[in-house]
Amino acid sequence: MEILLAIMTGILYAAGIYLILRRSLVKLIIGIVILGNGVNLLIFLMGGLVKGNPPLIPADGKMLEGVFADPVPQALILTAIVISFGLQSFAIVLIKRAYKVLKTDDIDTMNKTDDIK
Amino acid sequence: MNEHLTIYPIIVHLITAVLLLFFWKKPKIQRYISILGSTVGIVIAGMLFHRVWENGILSIQLGNWEAPFGISMVADTLAVTLIVLTNIVSFALSIYSTENMVSSRIKFGYYAIFHFLIMGLSGAFLTGDLFNLYVWFEVIIISSFVLLTIGGRKIQIEGAVKYFTLNMISSIIFLTGIAMVYGATGSLNMAELSRIIPEIENKGLMQTISLIFFIGFGVKSGVFPLYFWLPASYHTPPAAVSALFAGLLTKVGIYAMLRVFTLIFPLGETNQIILMIIAGLTMFFGGIGALVQKNILRVFSYLIICHIGFMVGGLSIFTQVAIVGAVMYMFHDIIVKATLYMMGGIMFRIFGNTKMEKMGGLMDNYPKLSFLFAIPLFALVGIPPLSGFWPKISLFSASYTANEIAMLVMFIFASLITLIIIAKVWNNVFSQNPESIETKSSFKYFKDFNFAEKAAYVVPVVLLVGVTLYYSFFAEHFQLIATRIGEELMNTEHYYNAVFNINEKTKL
Repeated sequence: MEILLAIMTGILYAAGIYLILRRSLVKLIIGIVILGNGVNLLIFLMGGLVKGNPPLIPADGKMLEGVFADPVPQALILTAIVISFGLQSFAIVLIKRAYKVLKTDDIDTMNKTDDIK
Repeated sequence: MNEHLTIYPIIVHLITAVLLLFFWKKPKIQRYISILGSTVGIVIAGMLFHRVWENGILSIQLGNWEAPFGISMVADTLAVTLIVLTNIVSFALSIYSTENMVSSRIKFGYYAIFHFLIMGLSGAFLTGDLFNLYVWFEVIIISSFVLLTIGGRKIQIEGAVKYFTLNMISSIIFLTGIAMVYGATGSLNMAELSRIIPEIENKGLMQTISLIFFIGFGVKSGVFPLYFWLPASYHTPPAAVSALFAGLLTKVGIYAMLRVFTLIFPLGETNQIILMIIAGLTMFFGGIGALVQKNILRVFSYLIICHIGFMVGGLSIFTQVAIVGAVMYMFHDIIVKATLYMMGGIMFRIFGNTKMEKMGGLMDNYPKLSFLFAIPLFALVGIPPLSGFWPKISLFSASYTANEIAMLVMFIFASLITLIIIAKVWNNVFSQNPESIETKSSFKYFKDFNFAEKAAYVVPVVLLVGVTLYYSFFAEHFQLIATRIGEELMNTEHYYNAVFNINEKTKL
């Protein structure tokens, strides 16, 4: 399972970076979204995968015993997902606006702010 | 109860921002609330600074979850000094924005987002948890996206696309680093990591992770191969926003580097060399870039990049004197870079555009303003006794004693090229008369402003120039603060003891 997830993370990173390198604005945003998902998966993977042992303290116990799934990465992923959700919605509005104002989807033509003048 | 003061700088700006949301359609009231909030911010930051200076590092565990399980907020001398400077800049910009930002922009929540941004900065400086640092970074960047695009002019949107993309990617890289640190150590508390990481045997992995962090912070601070978003976007928004970004946003990346590369991953020899090369190239390309620009705001953008090299270079030498120099440079840079863009805003109002060939004769027409503008420009070059001079002494002597002659040469090169650039700016804008003066009928020039409007533009600049002058003539105060910061950064046990409440006198 770990190997599968590791390969999956690699694919997501590769796909994300590939899309970011394309010239289209829409593909750029999709690339960032995919890259963000790759990171979330990486955090999940880094916490270690444990099957069938939720991190719950039994009613008569004082602390967790034995092997248990680490709850911290899940909390981290949740936070990261929420944040990236906000940023992605901003991104989508931004590209819509950019398309309206600049009348182009091609990143290579967006070089007005880089003019030396 | 007493340690609650640690998080007050965050809460002040949070409350101000929320309060501002209630006055969404009333720009006039928003202006007063913002100035009031920033004033309270300065007072609280001053109190916190005083406390940390007297009693040593303060820390608080959020939600009373003991470290390393909860999130720690740690106010050490570096963090509180930066918070004081942040609040000073934010106060000046609150006043500056009253005239610089038109009402229609304020109606779209400019001031509220402005205070959310300051809140994010305070949080990033105070946090003692790596993931929490990421969260504060996100607060900062999403606020900065809104500030950058507010108004929605064509050029702004285009700059924002570039700014957005690279900052998103840097956040993702930073998060990748966090995932790897967590996988390798099982902790994200910075103080705990400072004890775990030296014991990990796989040094190669730690090296890799530390460089992932470097790339993440490098994009934010604008070091050599990663800075292209900066000159493409910083000149596009109104001057108040640019000044805020220039003064504080790149410095938060430097702050994160200072924190991570002293506390968590103390620089090894390889990393030192990598940082040195990058710092040298940053100074070189920043300086050369500024030399060829014709838009004055873009000249300032490249100067930001050039001077980031001083701080990264100081860090890369990694002796206490060098860190002191880097930290002192950062204090000077925050104030002066914010002033530069505010000056840029005034120049735009005087000449009607920001192209240097269409400017000129400032000295003849506005002699008092020219004198005012000369101070930050000369401070930037580091003409003694102005503020840029003092950190450079520390940096030069540190690089000389550490036998890093190449670094010394680059520092001198960057200082000289700054001098050339400022001379060019002086020649174009202040002394020479423009070839043709065009006047736009619909544009409100500086000379048409009434007294209150002029004051709103000039008073904040005077305020920040005052801080620069204070730094210049009482540099020993800043030297004292920076020396203590250097001591705290190089000896991580102070930080560790403060977070874990180990009862040792943390005062130095």
